[in-house]
Order: sequence, then C-alpha cells, then structure tokens
Amino acid sequence: MEMKKMVCIVCPLGCHIKISKDNDDYIVEGNKCPRGKEYAIKELTNPTRVLTTTVKIKNGLLNRLPVKTKEAIPKDKIYECMKIINSIEVEAPVTIGEVIVKDILNTGVDVVASRSM
Amino acid sequence: MQSYDIVVIGGGPAGLAAAIEAKKNGIDSILLVERDRELGGILQQCIHNGFGLHIFKEELTGPEYAEKFIVELRKLGIEYRLDTMVLEIRQDKVVTAINSEDGFMMLKAGAIILAMGCRERTRGAINIPGTRPAGVFTAGTAQRFVNMEGYIVGKKVVILGSGDIGLIMARRMTLEGAKVLAVAELMPFSGGLTRNIVQCLDDYNIPLLLSHTVTEIKGKDRVEGVVIAEVDENRNPIYGTEKFFECDTLLLSVGLIPENELTQNAGIEMDPITLGPVVNEAMETSVEGIFACGNVVQVHDLVDFVTEESRKAGRSAAKYIKKELKTKGLMVNTKPGKGIRYIVPQRIRLENLDKTLDLFMRVDNVYKDMDMVVSIDGKEINRVKKRHVAPGEIETVKIKREDIIALDYSVITVSFEKEGA
Repeated sequence: MEMKKMVCIVCPLGCHIKISKDNDDYIVEGNKCPRGKEYAIKELTNPTRVLTTTVKIKNGLLNRLPVKTKEAIPKDKIYECMKIINSIEVEAPVTIGEVIVKDILNTGVDVVASRSM
Repeated sequence: MQSYDIVVIGGGPAGLAAAIEAKKNGIDSILLVERDRELGGILQQCIHNGFGLHIFKEELTGPEYAEKFIVELRKLGIEYRLDTMVLEIRQDKVVTAINSEDGFMMLKAGAIILAMGCRERTRGAINIPGTRPAGVFTAGTAQRFVNMEGYIVGKKVVILGSGDIGLIMARRMTLEGAKVLAVAELMPFSGGLTRNIVQCLDDYNIPLLLSHTVTEIKGKDRVEGVVIAEVDENRNPIYGTEKFFECDTLLLSVGLIPENELTQNAGIEMDPITLGPVVNEAMETSVEGIFACGNVVQVHDLVDFVTEESRKAGRSAAKYIKKELKTKGLMVNTKPGKGIRYIVPQRIRLENLDKTLDLFMRVDNVYKDMDMVVSIDGKEINRVKKRHVAPGEIETVKIKREDIIALDYSVITVSFEKEGA
C-alpha cells in the first residue's frame, strides 16, 4: 500500500496530511476540512503546476521575456517543457498573452508571453 | 518652479495604484517619478504566478499584474518620468529630482505620495564571517539577473533565509539547471508562505534546514563553499554542528528594509519597528499633505494589499488637495499588545473614518488557537478566533466605527490571548 505525506496548501493552516490507497479508495488523514482531502487526492493522482520561466528575446528592452503556461501542466512534464522553452528565441515586439509555444508536449496548454515588450 | 497637485515618488505597484486612484478622484495635475528605466518596480522581475488573487480574482505573474496598472496609467494620461532620481523632499513639499534629460529640477507639490518600496538586507546587514569572494548575492539581485538580464548567477547554490524570494529563487535556479543544495533558516519556522515551501522546495527535493545559519563563507576569488551550523534557542550557532557545503554561490533572503532616506531627511516621524513612517487612517505621515503607501510603510507579503493600501493613499491625497480631509477632531493611537510586533496605521482621526477601521499587523511568533482581542483604553470591544497565525502573514482586523467609543488620545490595543482566556 502506497503512503505519502504532504502539507496542504489550500489555506494558511498548512495541515500535515497522510494519504494512502486502499483498493479503490483513498484514506486521507490529518486534514481538518474536505478541501484537504480533495487536494491530497489530486496531488497523489495528478499533480499539476503552472510553469513560469523566460525565453530569449531579440531587440527587446530586456534580454529575456517572461512566459507562463496558460494552464497548469502535469508536474512530471516540467523539465521537458523547460528544454523546449529554452530552445526558443522570439523577436520584439511581443504583446502580453501572445502564444509563444502552441500546445506544449501535447498537453493542450499554450505557453504565452506574460508581458509586452 | 514646475508645480503639480500631486507628486508620486516611485513607479512600482504602490505608486501606480496611488497615482491612478488620485486621478480617478478628480486630480488631473499628477506627476509620477521613477528611477528605473521602466514602470512596474520589482514586479517586473517576479515572473512567478500567485499575484492578484484578491484584487483580480485570478492568479497573475508579476509582470502581468504590473502591466494592468501601467496600461491604465497611460490610458488615464498620467504624466510620468523614468530614469529620474528624487534627491530630496522637504516639509514645504518641494521635491528635488534629477535626470539626464531635464537635469536638476525642483517641483512644487500640493501633496506628495511616498511609494519608494523597500530593499533587501545584504551580507553586511547580518555580518557573515569569512572571505569576500564573488558569488554572494541577495536573492532579488539574482532574480533580476536570471529573469531580466539572462544571466545564471551560479551552478551550485546555497540559500540563506526562507523568505518568499529565497524560496522562489530556489525553484527558479533549479529550473534553469543549477543545483540548490539547501535553504538554511535561522528561525525554527519559515518566513515564507506554505505554498512556496511546497511548490518551490518539496517539489524539487530541496532540503529546508530550520534553526540553521551560515557561519562562514569560504573562497578567494569565487565562493568555494559555506559552513552551515545549527543554532540554539537564542539563535547562537552550536559548536560542533558545523557542516561544509561545497558551492559556488550563496543567495541571501534575509529580510527587507523600507527605503526611507527621503522620508527621514524630511524629518518625518518614523516607527522604529516597521522602519517606515508613522501614518494615520488616511495613510498620511506626520507632515500634513505627505502620504505614504506600500512597502515604504511596512513590508507586505501580498502585492494585492499594497494595491489596496496605495489606493487609500491616492484617495486621501486627492481629498487633501480638494480640502476634504478633516484635520480636527478626536485622535486616537494604536498600540501593539501581547504577541504583536506592530500595527498600521499608528494614528486615527475618527472624523475621517467611514464605516469601519482596518488595522494591519504582524505577530511576533507562530501561534495556534488564539483569540485576537481588540480593546480601547483596556476595555475589550472585539474578539476574533484565530486557528493559526505566523509572522510571515499580515493579520488584519475590522472594527466598526460605532464600536469605537474613545476620547482624544485614547489607545486602541490589539493582543493575542490563549483561546477563551
């Protein structure tokens, strides 16, 4: 039986949660509210994160343009995404929200500019 | 001498929000002065997300949050000058500034809004012993190098201090290919938000060493390593617990200091705890017509609260210009009680309150299951249960105007008591 410990980040309380899988059911301990259970199950089954980083930009005010994934992507794809994003160079002008990489790694999520430059 | 109704000093989130709000409240003659090459302040280097949850109900990155305000400022036609350094402000509200285009200038202001923000504490501020090699940066400096200039500042990194910038930089350096060996924190708890500990350290298996500090920096030209030791309850290193970490970079995230040289030189009254000016309910300093907001007043943990505070300062400055701000009437003081380090605002003119009074404060330790008790001259008027408070998160309390029954120079105290005490 797999068991994982985590700190809940839904609210500032920061409950220390233990989650384990029992057949098809999840046993969650340590959470003080139902949102903690939901968080723990999501973290165990499909943890996702918004990735924020930069790409090279030519002729811009700065040398780097900040970008982000428009939605959260699976956590285990972060390093692969970084490789793709780091190979890219864009040219100014860029408008905020402009798509920099479409549908990165078939996640269905675009990487977009997070400022105009 | 050029003159303006309002001169705003600083073009970060505080200055932007204050200028916009003043304009929306009917003041047209506004000048915003910024010393950097662009508006937005520190937000431009904070490329991570999590900004704007309170104000915009969505998670924005720093640059996105800034751009919303910059676009609005331009749309409203508010005048601003970049690359311009303010040298002095005076109590008669003359602002002296300098830039390479206009040269030296003296500006007469009807009101001034101070929005200079804060800066990072450096190695010198905490006196880390050892040699003085390259490779010691404040976390914010490293953030600017990596996120704006495109330089990675090191490959093997130790971070001292677990404030939010330190945590964010632990993740950022890791994503860009550096190895972060550890984050050492002097206190037995982190000063950063829990979500940052989880998403910046736990996600990348970076150890957080609580009650630890750097006792020595080694290396001649470049950092070659640091010594980290455990500390006792008095925060003194424990002999024999020293461990050597081989690394080429040390990042410091050891606190922020409001940047108040202009304020102090103008003879404005300061709060020795916040290190910002003493302000009243209108965010006005001890000098009539000089207002202050954002990190120059108190170091905030969320930019959303900077925006709210700055909007209040902008509104108040507009009222002052229109002569609608009341200067007479009952004045009360706030005073931090047990468990609380400071309260902002420090003074309240009851005549200017609308329906409620909002107090902002920071606690001195991590507490669980406590009552936050508000009293006036020792008489309890309000009690709120708090399940969890920490110095890293600003606490607020709302007090109804009708509950404030006070005399001139009455004292409003907020303190933490054990539940039900």
